[in-house]
Amino acid sequence: MTTLTALCTLVAVGILVIILGYIAMRGIGALNLRFLVDSPRPVGEGGGIGNAIVGSAVLLLLSCAVGIPLGIATGVYLSEFGGGMFASVVRFLVDTLTGIPSIVTGVFIYAIIVLRMKHFSAFAGGIALALIMIPIVARTTEEMIKLVPHSLREGALALGAPQWRVTLGIVIPAAASGIATGAMLAIARVSGETAPLLFTAFGSRFFPRNLNEPIASLTVQIYNYAISPYDEWHAQAWAATLVLMTLILSINILVRFLTRQKF
Amino acid sequence: MEVHRHLDEELDALRDGVLRLGGEAEAALKRAMYALTKRDSEAAREVLEHDDAIDELEIEIDRQCIDIFVLRQPAARDLRFVMSVAKMAPVLERIGDHGCNIARAVFDLNNEPELENHIRLQQMGEIASSMLAQALDAFARNDAHAARDVIKRDSEINDLYNEIFHDLIEMMAKEPATATRDARLLFVAKHLERIGDYVTDICELTVYMAEAAIIKHRR
Amino acid sequence: MSNSIIAPKFEVINRAALPARETKIAVEGLNFFYGRTQALHNITLNIPEKMVMAFIGPSGCGKTTFLRTLNRMNDVIPGTRVEGKVTMDSEDVYAPGADVVELRRKVGMVFQKSNPFPKSIFDNVAYGLRINRLTSNKSALEDRVATALQDAALWSEVKDRLKSSALGLSGGQQQRLCIARALAIQPEVILMDEPASALDPIATSKIEELIFDLKKQYTIVIVTHNMQQAARVSDLTAFFLLGKLIEVNATEKMFTAPDEKLTEDYITGRFG
Repeated sequence: MTTLTALCTLVAVGILVIILGYIAMRGIGALNLRFLVDSPRPVGEGGGIGNAIVGSAVLLLLSCAVGIPLGIATGVYLSEFGGGMFASVVRFLVDTLTGIPSIVTGVFIYAIIVLRMKHFSAFAGGIALALIMIPIVARTTEEMIKLVPHSLREGALALGAPQWRVTLGIVIPAAASGIATGAMLAIARVSGETAPLLFTAFGSRFFPRNLNEPIASLTVQIYNYAISPYDEWHAQAWAATLVLMTLILSINILVRFLTRQKF
Repeated sequence: MEVHRHLDEELDALRDGVLRLGGEAEAALKRAMYALTKRDSEAAREVLEHDDAIDELEIEIDRQCIDIFVLRQPAARDLRFVMSVAKMAPVLERIGDHGCNIARAVFDLNNEPELENHIRLQQMGEIASSMLAQALDAFARNDAHAARDVIKRDSEINDLYNEIFHDLIEMMAKEPATATRDARLLFVAKHLERIGDYVTDICELTVYMAEAAIIKHRR
Repeated sequence: MSNSIIAPKFEVINRAALPARETKIAVEGLNFFYGRTQALHNITLNIPEKMVMAFIGPSGCGKTTFLRTLNRMNDVIPGTRVEGKVTMDSEDVYAPGADVVELRRKVGMVFQKSNPFPKSIFDNVAYGLRINRLTSNKSALEDRVATALQDAALWSEVKDRLKSSALGLSGGQQQRLCIARALAIQPEVILMDEPASALDPIATSKIEELIFDLKKQYTIVIVTHNMQQAARVSDLTAFFLLGKLIEVNATEKMFTAPDEKLTEDYITGRFG
């Protein structure tokens, strides 16, 4: 039994190692400082993914600004007032949202924002990513808050605290590290999204100037380079993939590190 | 309830112990009075020999009571029962002691000329015996009413004692030759009167046990 | 056990009577429902001030439910309904406009399992003071926290580490911290739901000593499973069974000569 499960683990982990190793191998060639800092140039002139890295960061910040507060608020609502019919419906919808393919989200935002504004924008990209984040954050927030022992709430209520105070001052702080984990996992998830950005942020060859314009992102850039006919761009795609993998890996490691100190 | 079964068994064992002790005290009293009225030194000796058994029974009951208090933490009627038993055992033991005192007096009295009529002493002895028997019976049946009835009879013993006292004092004055014998008989009467008081104590404890009413020191 | 068959010659010595006190909380005809299930039946009881009253009874008899009606903690459970009257200082606690927050400030509660907040010791005790805005400046706050910790017999053990986490205290200390937290807002009544049931004997006896000191200032109601504890700690005892109040009596009388046979059966361990 032990050998069988160990064998399976080795296979699973091995695959991951092979993937990472292969990416590293293919990508390390084009990786250098200029690559990380420059914006794309026409074929043959080098260029880099500097604008894509910045663009991804901007999109991430935007989606966090919208998605995390809304997600947490929804999670708090579901856990604290989650008994009634309405809450059950909300919970069901949130669960469904987690399962929606991200491309569908992208198309949806395309229809209601991009078409209205008549152009692609970072704003639309951020909203699309936020929509993906919200259900993840909401569900983990709800679960984390449910883990806060009822006795803590009762202790505060018995001292004369009104319900809102108990929720804000006692329950949420007690669940804080768990909520943070949920937020970070949502961030790690959306930083790898490509499809929704294709219809909303679209991509660009320049460093971003404002949120109303299309914006580059690592994932879209990788896509564009990968389907191009040029070898040089293929190499750059591999390098960009390596950068993206490293970034996501770092976020996950950070989450593990920060949540090891439970209060 | 399993846990309570132990307590019930222990309480029953305690009750049996008290009744056994009471039986011994009763027997000692009867035998001593027999020895006195029949001038039988053999019977008197038996009383003295049996006293050790009475002492041991009392000590055993003491030990059982302490164990029940600390191990079972009895409450309410169980508490009152064990408390009453703990106080009753020494009283019964002292009744046995008074029986011994009467028996010891028999040896000396048998060397003295017989008193013609000691009807009243005999009566005192019988009343004391029957009071003790009834008190033990009331205890066994947890009957406060019967216990109160027994207490009323103590006045009979006291009245008899007063009469004997006067008679014997008179005789001691009139016939100094038999003064020693008369004095001893007076002490025997005193022992019997004390036994009456002890039986009253037992009855008061029975009333407390059954009704939680403390009636001692109030007459 | 009545003394009706007493011959005139014999009298009963009176037990020492409990001091006469004002009623702090009066409960009249209280019925309580969890949804459709009735948990409390027609409870009528007066709780005198500055005394300790113990609620005893087998599991599920309603004593904790009843305790929680006194500070309306059952309100947080959905589907509960209260009928009847609970008045404190002549004010109806369940009146439509009654201020629940104010009630809970006056009626503090200590729970069975200690529940300190995941904050520092100081912040735990200060919590009630802060949210009710009971102090005007920092030094007044510090004084009140210190006093509360002293009253809870915890000060000497924590005075050097007020800023450290409350969760680092032992079980007994945490419970005393919860008591200090309740005392800090100076309630008039303290409700305790089996406060020592999760503690070892030494911690338990510290809590019991504390209760003995506290009753000079506060009215205390304590729910306990442990009859010996009720006997040690309380002046009055109320016995509950299946949601009904069977008997309430001076503790000494309750445990030596209770009025009701049901009470006696429970106390002597013959059921429950």
